[in-house]
Amino acid sequence: MRNVKDRLRAWDFKEILAVWVFRICACGSIAAIALICLFLFLGGGPAIIEIGLTNFLFGRSWAPLNIPAEFGVLPMIAGSVYITVGAVIIGVPIGIFTAVFLAFMCPKKLHKLLKPIINLLAGIPSVVYGFFGMRAIVPVIRNISLALTDGGSGASILSASVLLGIMILPTIIAISESSIRAISKEYYEGALALGASHVRSVFFVVVPAAKSGILASVVLGIGRAVGETMAVVMVAGNQAMIPIFPEGIFRGGRSLTANIVLEMAYATDLHRDALIATAIVLFCFIFLINIIFTFLVRKDKN
Amino acid sequence: MLKCKFDVKGLDLYYSDFQALKKVDLEMSENEIMAFIGPSGCGKSTFLRTLNRMNDIVEGCRIEGKILLDGKDIYAKNVDVNQLRKRVGMVFQKPNPFPQSVYDNIAYGPITHGIRKKTDLDEIVEKALKDAAIWEEVKDRLRKSALGLSGGQQQRLCIARALAVEPEILLMDEPTSALDPVSTGTIEDLMVELREKYTIIIVTHNMQQATRISDKTAFFLMGEVIEYGKTIDIFSNPKHKRTENYITGRFG
Repeated sequence: MRNVKDRLRAWDFKEILAVWVFRICACGSIAAIALICLFLFLGGGPAIIEIGLTNFLFGRSWAPLNIPAEFGVLPMIAGSVYITVGAVIIGVPIGIFTAVFLAFMCPKKLHKLLKPIINLLAGIPSVVYGFFGMRAIVPVIRNISLALTDGGSGASILSASVLLGIMILPTIIAISESSIRAISKEYYEGALALGASHVRSVFFVVVPAAKSGILASVVLGIGRAVGETMAVVMVAGNQAMIPIFPEGIFRGGRSLTANIVLEMAYATDLHRDALIATAIVLFCFIFLINIIFTFLVRKDKN
Repeated sequence: MLKCKFDVKGLDLYYSDFQALKKVDLEMSENEIMAFIGPSGCGKSTFLRTLNRMNDIVEGCRIEGKILLDGKDIYAKNVDVNQLRKRVGMVFQKPNPFPQSVYDNIAYGPITHGIRKKTDLDEIVEKALKDAAIWEEVKDRLRKSALGLSGGQQQRLCIARALAVEPEILLMDEPTSALDPVSTGTIEDLMVELREKYTIIIVTHNMQQATRISDKTAFFLMGEVIEYGKTIDIFSNPKHKRTENYITGRFG
């Protein structure tokens, strides 16, 4: 009798131990997020208060070394928004059409070849993308810019958009393709049986049915574009100016991420804290994007 | 004598190496309900899907022999498959309304075939829903998602969707197997009504259903048509032993 009880106790102990191991691991990632928030807001919060929230968010000039120094991040917010919107305009249609092609129009053999290539695209380090952008995209944009406007070095908002448009492709393709494939074949057959052509069945029945998955892929792509740093720094020119549409897209611009990485090495005091505050703005952007993503996925399940 | 609609002559169908249909000869007449019965895997659904060429999308599927619709070979080179499927509508085993509004579900077919005027579309949608005996239930929720309807309503919506493109023939692949007895009854009544205007071909596992609604029955086994004729003859006086065994429930 006692023997059985002991064994039960030993089993209980293992069980409880396992639960705690899992619990601690789970807490680890939550703690990481909490610590990041704490660090950001403790580091950047006082700077925002010192500069003034409106001066910081809507200030049109970023001149940390001037006397008095100016810390307006509006140019960087505008830069990030411009670059991201451009990347979405370029990357989203290509990504979605590629996903439709892979899911519905591509011969099996070609799919076997294309799929790993697209996955590889996701694995290329961003500095390599940046290098590709400098050598391949910037010169082309420079020529276009010289032809259309009266100048421009090519390192510009547009170059960054094109490059990011390519970089977000794997995300959009992979998630869109799987959500299109998840749509039951019955919808496709139902449309065909009404006399709709292959392309019409796919575009007017299957793709709309997959729309929340496709939207989710776009949102994740936006998240990637907003957060990308290295590749953007290498091709965007990095001038802290508010771009004026339309010539502005041929001029240099600076993203929030670029602002931090370019100046962190030598920044001190308020300048350093203002960079951390820039990270708060970036964090808020990403947070918003994640909320939208979660919302879309949840809506899809319902 | 009713006019012959489909005339199938010596039809063989292969999925790669597997022969799914063997020398099928059948005639289907206008304004009749023809039922296909037989055990699972006997080729009756496959055969149904050759009639509107839905098997075209199955890889490795090829056919030999002839299927004539109003005397013309539907597998001839110059046939427009989309036009064929407009003439030969289909209702599937599992109700498959598109994840769109009730109205858009019905309007999809007519829009596909070039009808764009709002007033025309409204008229077609109303008529199709009335013909499928579901108008009263959905007329106040045309703009709401079709997925909110019950299974039986969804299936009648799919029938309405098929009717909206004005087909001549309606293929139904076990249309009530996913439904409860009440919905099944509603759809059976509907089929009998639709017979006045359409040729209906139905695959069913439910032999009572075949006796209740069909004029003619074909019994399939292992890809062959064992016996075919008037439903009343098949069920009361089968000529073949295997037909008798099946309809009396001794196998299958």
